[in-house]
Amino acid sequence: MLRQHSYWQLFSAVCKKDLQLAFRQRAEIVNPILFFLIVITLFPLAIGPEPGLLSRMAPGIIWVAALLSTMLGLDKLFRDDYHDGSLEQLIASSYPLPLTVLGKVVAHWIITGLPLVLMTPLFALLLNLDNQALIATVLTLLLGTPLLSFIGAIGAGLTVGLQKGGILMSLLVLPLYIPVLIFATSAIDTSTMSLDYSGQLAILGAMLVIAIISAPIAISSALKVSVS
Amino acid sequence: MQLAGPNGAGKTSLLRIIAGFSTPDEGQVMWQGESIAKNYDEFARQLLFIGHKTGVNSQLSAIENLQFWLQIQGYNTDQDLYSLLAKIGLVGLEDVPVRTLSAGQQRRVALIRLWLNDAKLWVLDEPFTALDKAGIAFLQQRFLAHLEQGGSILLTTHQDLTTHFNELQTVTLEYRH
Amino acid sequence: MWKWLHPYAKADRAYQLCNTLLPYFAVITVVFMIIGWIWGLAYAPADYQQKDSYRIIFIHVPSAILSMGAYSSMAIAAVIALVWQLRNAELAVIAIAPVGACVTAIALITGAAWGKPMWGAWWVWDARLTSELILLFLYLGVLSLYHAFEDKKAAGRAASILAIVGVINLPIIHFSVEWWNTLHQGATITKFDTKAIDSSMFWPLMVNIVAFAGFVGMVTLMRLKNEILQREKHRPWVRQLLNRG
Repeated sequence: MLRQHSYWQLFSAVCKKDLQLAFRQRAEIVNPILFFLIVITLFPLAIGPEPGLLSRMAPGIIWVAALLSTMLGLDKLFRDDYHDGSLEQLIASSYPLPLTVLGKVVAHWIITGLPLVLMTPLFALLLNLDNQALIATVLTLLLGTPLLSFIGAIGAGLTVGLQKGGILMSLLVLPLYIPVLIFATSAIDTSTMSLDYSGQLAILGAMLVIAIISAPIAISSALKVSVS
Repeated sequence: MQLAGPNGAGKTSLLRIIAGFSTPDEGQVMWQGESIAKNYDEFARQLLFIGHKTGVNSQLSAIENLQFWLQIQGYNTDQDLYSLLAKIGLVGLEDVPVRTLSAGQQRRVALIRLWLNDAKLWVLDEPFTALDKAGIAFLQQRFLAHLEQGGSILLTTHQDLTTHFNELQTVTLEYRH
Repeated sequence: MWKWLHPYAKADRAYQLCNTLLPYFAVITVVFMIIGWIWGLAYAPADYQQKDSYRIIFIHVPSAILSMGAYSSMAIAAVIALVWQLRNAELAVIAIAPVGACVTAIALITGAAWGKPMWGAWWVWDARLTSELILLFLYLGVLSLYHAFEDKKAAGRAASILAIVGVINLPIIHFSVEWWNTLHQGATITKFDTKAIDSSMFWPLMVNIVAFAGFVGMVTLMRLKNEILQREKHRPWVRQLLNRG
């Protein structure tokens, strides 16, 4: 019964379990993408299909839709683990909890964030974005969606023990998403004017680094409160 | 050690405080002369907790659940889980999602951890719930083996345990307004 | 270094401290508020451009400053609550939150009212107003999270965590909103240039800021006293206190 503490083993085990569960219930992966697609369809219907207008509004539309669709998966992030007692087992494991949490957040991003990044060309097509803007959109989503997962997981951790945590979580998390929204959309805007947008990307990258370091600590203390 | 008392007396709350999930209003929990809040990871290494919520994911199979648990506790995963599952009466059910099993069988999946750990302190909340007679007897054998190896067990139950365990201590909590 | 804090971990000591501090805050509030309002609203000269409508700054600016100040004090209390496990600090977080939210709402309403004569619209997406609005969302988040928990012990800790997360994000949000604002409406006049303000207006403004700070402190202390009493209502010292009074 030898114990061989390997952080990688823990990280991959946690990550693998969530991915396994998601792939078993494919709706979990497909639904946020469908939601994203439907939200994007609504905008041309609401504001009119004029191509110039659409491509001007596209960054905002894509990013607001991205914020909303990540919220969908967040509610489930810790809920099952909370209800079946796995969360207690994770806290009582001899590994540091922030590392466990990191694994879960990465899995969440692979399930909800990565598909959005991969589907961007399609969205760009629908919203009449040119190639320059497409590249910028992919880059901002690549840096920004993991940030959304990290920040959102704090809200999910705080509300997981509550009966109706879902709406409350969006209230807590959406204001914290504002900087991501501002810098990401501005990067895409700048790219459509053929200007350099590496500044905005650098800020997004810096925020991501800060989030990777500090969010797991906040998330695990939130989870401990929820379990207590 | 058995923790007894009527429903609502606070047995589960006390177990959760001892396991370190909740913090007490006053006082602290000591383990081997040290407060568990100070060095929780060290304490967690010697603790096995199985609560009302058993920590078994209902979408995964019994084998997947056990492997996940072994991994997060840092144990080797190349153990013969199939023969262990057979021993506890789950032959042929190793690979179906746990949610399709009966309540007693699900409880057994959770309790297999008792055969898979080297923790000194077991904290068990109502471990006998939903088990049949054979299951209870089998579990009590495992308890005896653990005690012989110098381990300690803290549990809540409404079962009478005195016939099998002569070193049993019972603490009874009473409801206070 | 932090030894002086320890006695106040006890609820009755913290309660006594509140009682000792309260009169000072009350006196500061009353004195400075009377001076500040009379000076600001009646004696300070009218602005040559905005006429008398500028006088709303004597309420708007102090409340805007205090809205940020209250949030930082809430976050400091939250850090103390989580790091040193002081339950009274958790109560302080909850005591400050609604006060801060109210001050933020005052800043927003007065800001909007000021915008009407200045821009001809009740709401303009000005950087400061937008930041204030987001700050209000953060306050309301802390409050609704606290009230969503049934177990008040967990509620206090959860609210503290959220307050800390908020205060880390606040500068980033502030910076991003400022930046967004310059990007989208480059040439709007910012409402108040601190350098341009004349000393005949500056001093009454300072007096009003002190008055507001005193007011926020006073209300917070009163709320904190209530929170302590409510949590400790079964303890002997509270019973004694109630019997005496």
